[in-house]
Amino acid sequence: MSDNLSSSPKQFNYATRVDKVTGNWRLTRSIRIILTVVVAIIMLIPVAWMIMTAFKSRADAVAAPPKVFFEPSMEGFIALLTQRRQLTAEQGLQELQNRTDLKWYDRVMLKRGQQIIDKSEYVDYLTNSVIISVTSTIFSVALGVLAGYAFSRFPVKGKDDLMFFILSTRMLPAVVVTIPIFLMYRQVGLYDSRVGMILLYTVFNLSFSVWLMKGFIDEIPREYEEAALVDGYSRIQAFLRVVLPQAVTGIAATTVFCLIFAWNEFGFALMLTTEKARTAPPSIPSVLGTGGIEWAAIAAGSLGFLIPVVIVTFALRDYLLRGVTFGAVRR
Amino acid sequence: MATMTKEVPRPPGMSRRNLGDRGITNLFVAPTLILLILWNVFPLFYSLYLSFTSYSAIAKKVPVWVGFQNYVTLLTSEQIWGYFATTGRYALISVTLEVIVGFALAMLLREKFKGSGVLTTLILVPMMLSPVVVGLFWSLIFNPGYGIFNYLIHWMGVPLITDWLGKTYLALWAVVIVDVWMWSPFVMLLVLSGLTAIPDYLYEAAAIDRASSWFQFRRITLPQVAPLLLIAILFRTMEALKSFDVIMGLTGGGPGEATRTVSIEIYLRAFGGQFRTGSASALAYLILIVIIAVSNIYITAINRIREG
Repeated sequence: MSDNLSSSPKQFNYATRVDKVTGNWRLTRSIRIILTVVVAIIMLIPVAWMIMTAFKSRADAVAAPPKVFFEPSMEGFIALLTQRRQLTAEQGLQELQNRTDLKWYDRVMLKRGQQIIDKSEYVDYLTNSVIISVTSTIFSVALGVLAGYAFSRFPVKGKDDLMFFILSTRMLPAVVVTIPIFLMYRQVGLYDSRVGMILLYTVFNLSFSVWLMKGFIDEIPREYEEAALVDGYSRIQAFLRVVLPQAVTGIAATTVFCLIFAWNEFGFALMLTTEKARTAPPSIPSVLGTGGIEWAAIAAGSLGFLIPVVIVTFALRDYLLRGVTFGAVRR
Repeated sequence: MATMTKEVPRPPGMSRRNLGDRGITNLFVAPTLILLILWNVFPLFYSLYLSFTSYSAIAKKVPVWVGFQNYVTLLTSEQIWGYFATTGRYALISVTLEVIVGFALAMLLREKFKGSGVLTTLILVPMMLSPVVVGLFWSLIFNPGYGIFNYLIHWMGVPLITDWLGKTYLALWAVVIVDVWMWSPFVMLLVLSGLTAIPDYLYEAAAIDRASSWFQFRRITLPQVAPLLLIAILFRTMEALKSFDVIMGLTGGGPGEATRTVSIEIYLRAFGGQFRTGSASALAYLILIVIIAVSNIYITAINRIREG
């Protein structure tokens, strides 16, 4: 209760709120802060562990009891991105170790008796992931801006029903539409193709993008456009030169959300790709080392999903609520 | 197709550059609708048709119409009811826990302190992660030999060292723990925005009336947050009922069939082994009906609370 006395009565901030004075079971401020920090730490342990494991050697990653302090190693990353072969003494392990033209990553792997022979398939899968998620995001945001603008500004017949229809497509369980899409794609040759995945992810994010963009454009005053129209702009010109610049923040937020959704997507990719167009998420589990599951490599791969997400979460923190509720809740 | 209700007549022979409002509307909305129809509506009807046929995607035979046979077989199968029970139990337990944990977190973070913004954002990180990566990584955390989960709970005084993912009676709980870890922040985010919107004068009035804290919570906090909390519950329930990614990463539906939810079963039916496409489509429709029914109940409840 002490802080109630210390805070100035003029600033009517939360600390002076009367409900904090009544009831003696309420937590005091300091206890609450400590509790919050403790909970946050507990919740972040798995994330921290993921980061730590990514920098462990193969042996440290599976040490029992788990190692909190360890010598950092890039083994996981190298194992994830390369193909190697196990060498024995006769195969010239010694000879190789004596060579001086080796890169640092060659040396790391030689320590466990492996020679790097090529980049791994995971590199191709990552490339696919980048191409598919970026391209599909551009498409879904572009279409979302157009449709969002139309829904926001013009009296479309049956607008509410159409908007609800657009939303409902996102609520479908992926497996329900995947079976027929699998058959359709096989028929037209889009199965396991980047084009097929780009189109699918475009549609997958489209409903989200339309809803979010409509919300953002709703917030831009119509007066700007009307003034532009009076000045002799056509509708299209007004849209391009007045509305779009005003909607830049909204477009950026929508883009980043779509990018993350496409980057993280697993189910469609698992069922509709095998090799050529396979993305990273369904292929991390298949990154198996020669001696069982290589956890450091898996953690290194996971880091490729963790780091973008952390950056995005911080960059988007004002829009998170809007994003995760399809714009249904605005602060 | 989208058309306008009110339309300003335009002179004919207008250039493409000066499209009428109606033209713009159609031009802007059409691509979205066409894509959604091709990739969602058509597949939906296609799989409805498939659900009435006997068909395997890898057999070189055309689908054979069998009427309701797939549905009858599914609904009379005890195994299938088991998968529905697993899905329901998983959804119920995890959403309940997420509401409790999320609400508690929101109450903790309700009043700002130095660094609370950063903490809030950090707590929100799990829900943005890729579910399959989360599942995969937690399988390391749960590992009985070198996972940290057992060590942590042991260190906290619970002398329970066990193989969470290997025991049939624990595996579903392991999935629940991961789901709660990942999605409680989502509930927290919505509740928090509800809490900050409650006007202070409500509490002041209650304090003047010497209302107890419990009374304030029940009569002010809860009703004010209820609409947002229900939206959170609606989103989470729908997601939990179709849960696939986390479970695939964590247990793949095992051990045995302990964590095999309906979505996993549909996947295994449609893409594993025999490719029982017709039967899988029927099962997909069954879970779709359940999801629609449950969400309708929630939406009715949300509307009732908003009106009353």
